[in-house]
Amino acid sequence: MTRLGGLGTASAVLLAAVAATTLLAPLLAPYDPDFPDLMNALSGSTAAHPLGADALGRDVLSRLMYGARTTLIGPLLIICVSTVAGTALAITAAWAGGRVDAVISRLLDILFAVPGIVFALVTVAVLGPGIPGVVTGLAVAYTPYVARVVRSAALRERSLPYVAAAWVQGRSAFAICTRHLLPNLRPIIVAQSVSALGFAVIDVAAVSFLGLGVQPPTADWGLMVKSGLDSAQRGQPLEAIAAGVMIALVVAAVNMLGDRLGRRR
Amino acid sequence: MSLLSIEKLALAVPAGGEWKTLVEEVDLTIGRGEAVGLVGESGSGKSMTARAVIGLTPPGARITGKILFDGVPVPSGRALRELRARRVAMIFQDPRAHINPVRSVGDFLTEAMVTNLGVPAREAGARAVRLLEEVGIGDGARRLRQYPHELSGGLLQRVMIASVLAAEPDLILADEPTTALDVTTQSEVMAILDELRRERGMAMLLITHDLELAAATCDRLAVMYAGRIVEARPADALTATPLHPYTIGLLRSRPSLERVARRLPVIPGRPVAAFEADRGCAFAPRCEHALSSCGAERPAFDGTVACSRAAELTLQGES
Amino acid sequence: MRFALKRLAGLVVVLLAASFLVYGLLYLVPGGPMAFLLGNRSGTPEQIAAIRAQYHLDDPFLVRYVSWLRDALTGDLGSSLVYRQEVSALIGSRVATTILLVVYATVLISVGGVAMGLLAGLRGGRVESAVGVLTSVLLATPPFVVGVLLVIVFALGLGWFPVFGAGDGLLDRLYHLTLPAITLSLASAAFLARITRASVREELGREHVETARARGFAERHIVRRHVLRNASIPVVTVTGLNVAGLIAGSVVVENIFALDGLGSLFVRAILQRDFAIVQAVVLVLVTAFVLINLLVDLCYSALDPRLSR
Repeated sequence: MTRLGGLGTASAVLLAAVAATTLLAPLLAPYDPDFPDLMNALSGSTAAHPLGADALGRDVLSRLMYGARTTLIGPLLIICVSTVAGTALAITAAWAGGRVDAVISRLLDILFAVPGIVFALVTVAVLGPGIPGVVTGLAVAYTPYVARVVRSAALRERSLPYVAAAWVQGRSAFAICTRHLLPNLRPIIVAQSVSALGFAVIDVAAVSFLGLGVQPPTADWGLMVKSGLDSAQRGQPLEAIAAGVMIALVVAAVNMLGDRLGRRR
Repeated sequence: MSLLSIEKLALAVPAGGEWKTLVEEVDLTIGRGEAVGLVGESGSGKSMTARAVIGLTPPGARITGKILFDGVPVPSGRALRELRARRVAMIFQDPRAHINPVRSVGDFLTEAMVTNLGVPAREAGARAVRLLEEVGIGDGARRLRQYPHELSGGLLQRVMIASVLAAEPDLILADEPTTALDVTTQSEVMAILDELRRERGMAMLLITHDLELAAATCDRLAVMYAGRIVEARPADALTATPLHPYTIGLLRSRPSLERVARRLPVIPGRPVAAFEADRGCAFAPRCEHALSSCGAERPAFDGTVACSRAAELTLQGES
Repeated sequence: MRFALKRLAGLVVVLLAASFLVYGLLYLVPGGPMAFLLGNRSGTPEQIAAIRAQYHLDDPFLVRYVSWLRDALTGDLGSSLVYRQEVSALIGSRVATTILLVVYATVLISVGGVAMGLLAGLRGGRVESAVGVLTSVLLATPPFVVGVLLVIVFALGLGWFPVFGAGDGLLDRLYHLTLPAITLSLASAAFLARITRASVREELGREHVETARARGFAERHIVRRHVLRNASIPVVTVTGLNVAGLIAGSVVVENIFALDGLGSLFVRAILQRDFAIVQAVVLVLVTAFVLINLLVDLCYSALDPRLSR
């Protein structure tokens, strides 16, 4: 923990607290996130609703607690898939070299040519609005982000003598890649994935904000900013501000962690 | 009065909360038109000494002692820029890094003439071509349009020399001017520098680790070790009858055409920086003539040599 | 020149692949293109036959792709099922808003980002730390959150700017686009500021800058002629990449401020499952994205003589 430094540790603690809160939301939340207390709709901060109630009278604090789930699970899935796929492609390309490398690199270039959010919107167009479409699109879009960095690191690593030594000892290519190459690349992969996670949180929330990701009435931070914008026009900005600040805090914490992890190499 | 006189110069840089001394007790003079070689291994403080003359020391460095140029202490601010622009010029070791890669050779050469000396751009271009001619680069008009990456290291160093000549300074500080070059071009570039300098009566402080090169070019030599001058004498005397054990070590460890050696003698141990040295003579741990008393007290530099046994030892020079 | 041609060829390959992907993906819809084309509407047999004929659904896939591409290249992007209008006309009437927004944001990014970065890089000390904190905050806040917060503070709260709409006449349009452009530019400006700061710092420590100091130039002269010129190479690259990123960002921003640009059209088309518009807008966005990247590469080689051979 000391190696993360003060801000890094604070970020890790913040993320852990958010994760714990959302997992324990059924116990911690003062209200059912879907319970409409119509009498208090668009109320400001009151004793009953510390962060107010939304346009349908649902408790903003409770929805914030539950909302971290969809806000974070999508990006985590995206990062898992794109990290595994990106690493596999990168190591295959670096190891095989030649034509395989050329084909994979070209493919990654082409994927890179389409901005992530446009990719997500296209898959949403195909699969229909909802988390599956968003996750599929962004997982593909983020693969080159991981793969490019890992590929060049793997190329460097591959030329080191220990790989040749293992090769001479008769280890299979697969064994060398998984037993030797991968552990040595791990810091780079982790740092790159964590920094990609920050972008993923932003992109997923943005698609939900557009109404193409998480669908109402599910509590979700991106959606809360959207419905909060309507509430703000009716004089009650608390929901939008609360959800927006939470997203920014989580992304800032993730970025800080990625920065610290990347610096340690 | 000498052109440059350095008295009791000491220089320390802040590092990790403490001061690290790089140069101590350095006395050095250079007369008009004279060439002086400052010889030592890397970390001996020779480069820092030269940089101190034009205030190019690292930020935060603490400098004590006196540096007089033409009888006047080295100034700061505008006057220091004036001194750098017109009177003292520096040639750096690696021209590839020390010449802006995105500006053309012509830009590099004319920039100082136009900015510092107020020469009109067209005339500066013509002068640049003549200067290139003088340092042995023909087809100057084409060269001016080229970029540094299109020239070899040797040519680039000639460009750097030309840029220094353009300012017509009184003193040239040449910091390892040939070290980064191919062996084949080293002597050529050195010869050009020395010849043009003599013609114009410019003084030079040559900083090098190569004692033989310095002896061939300079009138007087000063050998530095661990931030201090350990021996300073006329070049021929120093190479013929070196007084300090370190000087002879340097002389011996250089390959020679006249001498067949099975293996080059080396000075045992590694060179130390001033802040790493113990209380006594900094060279004592590596010295084959060292007595236990050498480690106790640091020998003072008497203007010729800094060795407590200098009088009793007769050391063999290059023979 | 050969460099430019090579890059142009690469661009064509990327565009072909992207267009194929876009065209092909929409055929992966559960239920096939027919379900997609009809969307939630139920069609009479005549309508279905008309659609089959319009989209040549009875032809093999590749034939359809090639003819679609040929039409697209001649500016015929098909027609919208929802609007019952030519897609090219729909796009044409909206593209100006998007371009104006992106250009406005680009200006803000270049001026604001570079200014912040220069200030931090050249001043150092407290200014540098302050810019560091500011850029971290801006980079962590998603554009749509920034947009909503700006609306809450400057439009609803202070009433300085209109909340929604595009306005009439250039000045009024720019006025209406100010909040959207700021929204779009803040994160990129922060990123650019970081790059500018880092490259100015790096250049200041370079050996050739030491040479310039040794030659007695004034600090202002050194910064102008040597530091800025050299540091501009990464800065231009990042600016270009940022502008390309703005094209994607405009989709979100237009929706916050209800601007009738390509992005709003795009999102509505997805919700309404308007096949032809989705394909066309993606094609336009990707083309713009790739073109800007090409331009950046060309600028890059013009700025760095080591690359222009």
